[in-house]
Amino acid sequence: MRRSFAPWASPDAKPLIRFENVTKRFGESVAVDHLSLNIFEGEFFCLLGPSGCGKTTLMRMLAGFETPTGGTITLAGQDLAGVPPYRRPVNMMFQSYALFPHMSVEKNIAFGLKQDGMPKGQIADRVGEMLRLVQLEKLARRYPSQLSGGQRQRVALARALARKPKVLLLDEPLGALDKKLREETQFELMDIQHDLNMTFVVVTHDQEEAMTMADRIAVMDNGRIVQVATPGEIYEQPKTRFIAEFVGDVNILESHVQGQENGLWRVKTPSAQAPLTIDDPDEVLHSGQPVAIAIRPEKMVIQRDPPGPGAINVLTGEVWDIGYLGDWTVYRVKLVTGEILRVTRANASRFVDNPIDWDEQVYVTFAPDAAVILAE
Amino acid sequence: MIERSLIRRLTSGLVPAVPYLWLGVLFLVPFLIVLKISLSDPAVAQPPYKPVFEWSDIAGFLSALDFENFALLTEDDLYFRATLSSVRIAAVSTLLLLLAGFPIAYGMARAPERYRSLLVALVILPFWTSFLIRIYAWIAILKPEGLLTQALMGIGLISEPLDILNTEIAVYIGIVYAYLPFMVLPLYATLEKMDDTLLEAALDLGSTPWRSFWTITVPLAMPGIVAGSLLCFIPAVGEFVIPDLLGGSETLMIGRQLWSEFFSNRDWPLASAVAILLLIILVMPIVIYRDVEARRVEARP
Repeated sequence: MRRSFAPWASPDAKPLIRFENVTKRFGESVAVDHLSLNIFEGEFFCLLGPSGCGKTTLMRMLAGFETPTGGTITLAGQDLAGVPPYRRPVNMMFQSYALFPHMSVEKNIAFGLKQDGMPKGQIADRVGEMLRLVQLEKLARRYPSQLSGGQRQRVALARALARKPKVLLLDEPLGALDKKLREETQFELMDIQHDLNMTFVVVTHDQEEAMTMADRIAVMDNGRIVQVATPGEIYEQPKTRFIAEFVGDVNILESHVQGQENGLWRVKTPSAQAPLTIDDPDEVLHSGQPVAIAIRPEKMVIQRDPPGPGAINVLTGEVWDIGYLGDWTVYRVKLVTGEILRVTRANASRFVDNPIDWDEQVYVTFAPDAAVILAE
Repeated sequence: MIERSLIRRLTSGLVPAVPYLWLGVLFLVPFLIVLKISLSDPAVAQPPYKPVFEWSDIAGFLSALDFENFALLTEDDLYFRATLSSVRIAAVSTLLLLLAGFPIAYGMARAPERYRSLLVALVILPFWTSFLIRIYAWIAILKPEGLLTQALMGIGLISEPLDILNTEIAVYIGIVYAYLPFMVLPLYATLEKMDDTLLEAALDLGSTPWRSFWTITVPLAMPGIVAGSLLCFIPAVGEFVIPDLLGGSETLMIGRQLWSEFFSNRDWPLASAVAILLLIILVMPIVIYRDVEARRVEARP
């Protein structure tokens, strides 16, 4: 159902939102640091980062609640400098939902439409449409205090969508929901975004949420954007160690470059006896350079029997911990150097004869293209 | 074991009884005494009314009571006018207090957190000086050759001395000045609790700051507005000191009327009747407020 959609890859596409060299300082501290970013129409865009990385400040500048210290923000070609929040074609769903406690559900949703001076009949139609969209028709006359967390979240969404904003901003939209509801709501948000063909900008610290929903993710750290890419690229080709570690689980092996053979890099790490072979052709490295090798746990294979003589990328160690998660089993393998590797294996069959046990000597291998070289 | 549970039951029963006991001893009993006096006749005696209660002749005592004083209150329109004027002055004062108190409370609630307790302390600070002395001080400020006239003439705003002492304006100034903390504190308490993101949400949805104030801030501050208004309106209706010191002889208020019946005319029964009337007038807004509040809570639990 998702179309192939990549306006960022096309050189002619005009971005809907442009951050150009935007800086925001609060006194001495810099929340957003000379940041440039383009967001395209119809995109589901995620700002991902740890708390305090500046992602919320970036969103609040777009909504008009904070004024940039430097740089410009344009929306559909219009410079937003000096435009107050109530004149921006942007609506926000707040983390706390910020529902008006003295108004019923329908009054909350109608609030923005009333401000626009829409005739009463049209307001009623639009409110009805929104209530249907979020499946709350029966609760129209309730007050926020009479709703569950999930229902409040829907009201907040309906209220923010009612005015058909050019951009919908969502600040940690699922943060207050429990795990099960969160997953359901993720897909619902994606469907709504797709059906309305609206631009969504989501702020989140939850990488799973970002991975599931976003067309593109901007990973932020310390007021800067570290990488902007699709979820797949972020996960499989992280640009820095910070991203590799922040998004998903990863094993890092400190290494030194030995050289290149047939387009494959040879690196030496104290964790393995033989040099490792890594297929990461885009990297430009020189001999002796210290690098980090990043391998995702699910891309490693754990086995009891020693691999054949020609095998590459072999690490040996003993099983330190086993965590059975139902769908996955997590093995924590202690290498001879004392490092702990995290290796996961899908539990594809229900019964396994003689499974790998605690304290067993095991071999962990991975393919050359399973690893990423991170030069720092 | 039985003893202990008995003690526990007794104490758990007694704790809620404390406020009732307090109200009973210090409000209900005096009220009944005043009610009784209001039904008596004035007399040149000690105490200055009759009949005096006697256990031996309860029937005779009861038959001597009548509603003569209340009848007098309805016959002489002085009391009606005094009541009306009191309610009017109290209502206007309450409105002025709201206008003055809201910006102050709003500013306090918006102040950086570390200054807030200091600001609250400053609002309460006037209470450290005697109420009477503070009202006397206003005489010195408001009198024709007083500080206000001097100041305004000094900066050339007026050329004639202000003659507002002994007018209703002086009473308004006095009431607003004296009652301001009672308006500011409940308003501050509700405004301080208010979630700022609600205002941001209103702005975000296209509402200007001015409209957001009326559609979000004011409705959510309503409990504070009502509490502050009642705290000011009720004592202002019965106010005696301020109109007596600042209002001159022209300002008609029921509290002063009560005082003069009691001390000048030594007509205790009539004064008591006025007191009962005042009480009835003041209980009404509270009953209405409670009713409205109960219905509001019922609408959304």
